[in-house]
Amino acid sequence: MTKPVGMEVAVAAAEAVALCNIDVAACYPITPNTHIAEHLADIIADGRIDAEYITVESEHSALSAVMGASGTGARTFTATSSQGLMYMHEILPITPAMRLPVVMGLGNRAVSGPINIWNDHSDIIMQRDSGWLSIFADNGQEAVDMFIQAFKIAEHPDVLLPINVNMDGFQLTHVVEPIVFPTQAQVNKFLPPYKPFASLHPDHPLSMGTLGLPEIYTEAVKARDVATVNAKKVIVQIWQEWEKQFGRKYEPVMTYKTAGAEILILTMGSMGETAEVAVDALRKKGVKVGLLKLKLWRPFPFDEIRKAVRGAKTLVVTDRALSYGGPGGPVCSEIRAALYDQPNRPEIVNYIIGLGGRDVRVEDFMKMIEGAPKAKKSGDAYQIYGVRE
Amino acid sequence: MLEIRWHGRGGQGAVTSVELLAMAAIDEGKFAQGFPSFGPERRGAPVEAFNRVDTKQIKIRSRIYNPDVSVVLDESQIGPAVVAGLKPSGTLIVNTAKKAGEVRDLLKKKNADYAGKIATVDATAIAWHELGVPITNTTMLGALLKVTNVVKLDALKEPVEHRFGRIAQKNLKALRRAYDEVQVR
Amino acid sequence: MKKWPETWKEYNTGGIVFEPGNARSFKTGPWRSLRPVWDNSKCIKCGVCYIFCPEGCVQEGPDGFFAADLDYCKGCGICAHECWPSAISMIEEGQES
Repeated sequence: MTKPVGMEVAVAAAEAVALCNIDVAACYPITPNTHIAEHLADIIADGRIDAEYITVESEHSALSAVMGASGTGARTFTATSSQGLMYMHEILPITPAMRLPVVMGLGNRAVSGPINIWNDHSDIIMQRDSGWLSIFADNGQEAVDMFIQAFKIAEHPDVLLPINVNMDGFQLTHVVEPIVFPTQAQVNKFLPPYKPFASLHPDHPLSMGTLGLPEIYTEAVKARDVATVNAKKVIVQIWQEWEKQFGRKYEPVMTYKTAGAEILILTMGSMGETAEVAVDALRKKGVKVGLLKLKLWRPFPFDEIRKAVRGAKTLVVTDRALSYGGPGGPVCSEIRAALYDQPNRPEIVNYIIGLGGRDVRVEDFMKMIEGAPKAKKSGDAYQIYGVRE
Repeated sequence: MLEIRWHGRGGQGAVTSVELLAMAAIDEGKFAQGFPSFGPERRGAPVEAFNRVDTKQIKIRSRIYNPDVSVVLDESQIGPAVVAGLKPSGTLIVNTAKKAGEVRDLLKKKNADYAGKIATVDATAIAWHELGVPITNTTMLGALLKVTNVVKLDALKEPVEHRFGRIAQKNLKALRRAYDEVQVR
Repeated sequence: MKKWPETWKEYNTGGIVFEPGNARSFKTGPWRSLRPVWDNSKCIKCGVCYIFCPEGCVQEGPDGFFAADLDYCKGCGICAHECWPSAISMIEEGQES
């Protein structure tokens, strides 16, 4: 293990991808993912790794290009944000349907309009049902670790699904912070070469991207859903392998000071560590509060959530996106679904916070936690925190 | 934890400064963050950038509202924003040919009362002389180091050389001059 | 050949078809109500029928004349429509040519 280096997280993400022996990358730069795309292009152009970088005219083509490459058995990477992800929309669900283990870096950014380049989770949430596996980093180190894990997860013979690694735009992508890089030898030990179960080659022809008539489409959906649900087991196993080799722990739902907690607050993404500071301060004041950090968004860890909330009276769920006219925050919807048929479930308060780059401070977490009883009484399914009334 | 807020204008290199300082601090074995205010950084528009430096892991990811140090790259920005939330025990570091007392009076005139320490250095003059351009970001790093000792002067050598290549030595010279010439009142 | 997998478990990963050219076992000839018949006395061997056949079932014989593989010809009539010397006529199935 090398000593920590100060590096911008987006640049570090590109360095992590470069450690993974990729064959083909295609990215169309868009704020705030630009530095991933640019730095990876630099690495390949400088000949530091033996890979092809396909310059494309759009995100639609970026994903199409890496899917074609993945079909030939190449290890592939793309990266995007917000409107770029929206532009990939038509292609996104086809990647998991074809079971191509593409890895994507997402610098999460609000979706327009009004036009906004800053962080929230509306981009990934709008593509939630595309069938990609989704994991969230809390900090730069986790982002670096997760990119290396992502290739192993996606390419596992029991998974064979694409995966996106989510990093909050700016809040993570544009911060210079300490990063510990594994050595190339350590990565090689952790991540074996990609062995595709099928690949396009003239010597052994096959057809990919086939038609599914009504007689087969339902079975295709079922097969894909089973693979997605089963991926959780592999993800957990690979995270345990990572911990064994590198000492850093990853779980679908991470817990922080949850022992004896009556109130739990749940975050997804870079707000998690700021929330830890709030929990520390409140614990000092005698408030029995703990933190849950959701690392695995798809497949959603229903069992782990049920286990993690056991014993808590109140669960405060924070969401960085909103389903307009729907049940509120997308994370909270999942959690309500997970707990609906549980005998002793906590009361749930859902706050929508940190939209379009609105800063989230330690004080905000204290207010959300302390204000939870009042919010509960209001009977609203969700509250938009900090909105000027 | 030391929290630093930089005030500059788009193109003056405030973001580069916070990156260089974070890299230097991390290289010294400390924990640090360096990040921009995440705005659309248009040339000439007022921008903020931030540093946190600590001996422990830094968890907070919000902007800095109560800095220990406020660094002002450009005299024209002197006003309420540069002292907003600045700790009374902290320091305002300004690039100006004016004396500390004059800066304090100017702040008062702009309805920004500030009783803490003020450090001044004519970074623009240094930058013109050493770099041939009025870009004061690396120069002001020198002043910051003198006031805070947040990292050793030598710790910036490698990050500056990596970032600036053939003009690195000129930048390092400007930085050292500001380190020597800054006045704290 | 089984027409559909019995259950979802038999659905090939990613819907991949591993058997090259297996469309050959899917005979579309019975869809036909009209069939193309060539009058080789008018045929100039230009091959327009071969080029335009959407099913790819028109092939050139050893004598240079063309014929449709009736296992696959759907009877669409494009060959007859495109044939400018009008050497191809579409005849109702069951009738003598």
